[in-house]
Amino acid sequence: MGEETRRIAPLEGRGFDGEELRVLPAEPATRLVLRASAEACEDLSAALGLDLPRTPKTTSSKGARAALWLGPDEWLVIDQAGANLVAACAGVPAFHAAVDVSHRNTAMLVSGPRAADVLSAGCPQDLSLHAFPVGAASRTMFGKAEIVLWRTGEDAFRVECWRSFSDYVLLLMEAAARDV
Amino acid sequence: MLLIHCPYCQEERPELEFRHAGEAHIARPTDMAALSDADFERFFFIRSNPKGIVFERWRHIHGCARFFNAARDTVSDRFLATYRAGDPKPALDGEGA
Ligand SMILES: [Zn+2]
Repeated sequence: MGEETRRIAPLEGRGFDGEELRVLPAEPATRLVLRASAEACEDLSAALGLDLPRTPKTTSSKGARAALWLGPDEWLVIDQAGANLVAACAGVPAFHAAVDVSHRNTAMLVSGPRAADVLSAGCPQDLSLHAFPVGAASRTMFGKAEIVLWRTGEDAFRVECWRSFSDYVLLLMEAAARDV
Repeated sequence: MLLIHCPYCQEERPELEFRHAGEAHIARPTDMAALSDADFERFFFIRSNPKGIVFERWRHIHGCARFFNAARDTVSDRFLATYRAGDPKPALDGEGA
């Protein structure tokens, strides 16, 4: 009589799928918080196969992999195909810190014509397209929780948050969706 | 809500993303052990706390996470300038500086 164990994602079965707003848990992904000086950037970019962005609030992506500028020497690298990002950086001799946060974060995909308005209920940044264009990303707040917000399309966002905050973030989004 | 210009993000961002981090330009003594108790107290505890222009450290903790410095008027709560950590105090024209 064998017992089966199964990993349950933080937001498994949650979210909602309306005509003007969809909030769905993102598929599992591997994630890296990368800290590196400007000198190490080129080698790390080569190792990861994409250009680490140097401009605030920008991203670069290639295939299933993306690098989000978080600070002048800090990036969040996300691989939606689940590649081993730590291993990818391990061969770079230039001084850097690469910390796997795949399971610290979870993400939800927010899309639809009401997406920006609903996010604005909890996020104090200007999310209009001229201030936060497609491809922009930023660490910021959603209500009381810190998130990383990435605009993947005019009406589509990826919201990364710590898994322990995800329940709160989703509930606040649901409340905003009722009101906005 | 205040909008604060982050010198690293190079744009104005909402104050909810920031945290105050005490008075700026306080030089850490090079030989801490040699300080008298009175000098240590002066370095460690005593702050200028003026009514008017203050130079403060701030941290864009929920943004780029960088510390930077700001000149702020404690009467009006207006930010007069923000600048990168390590940069000298900026010249403030007008504003009673
Ligand atoms: Zn910043």
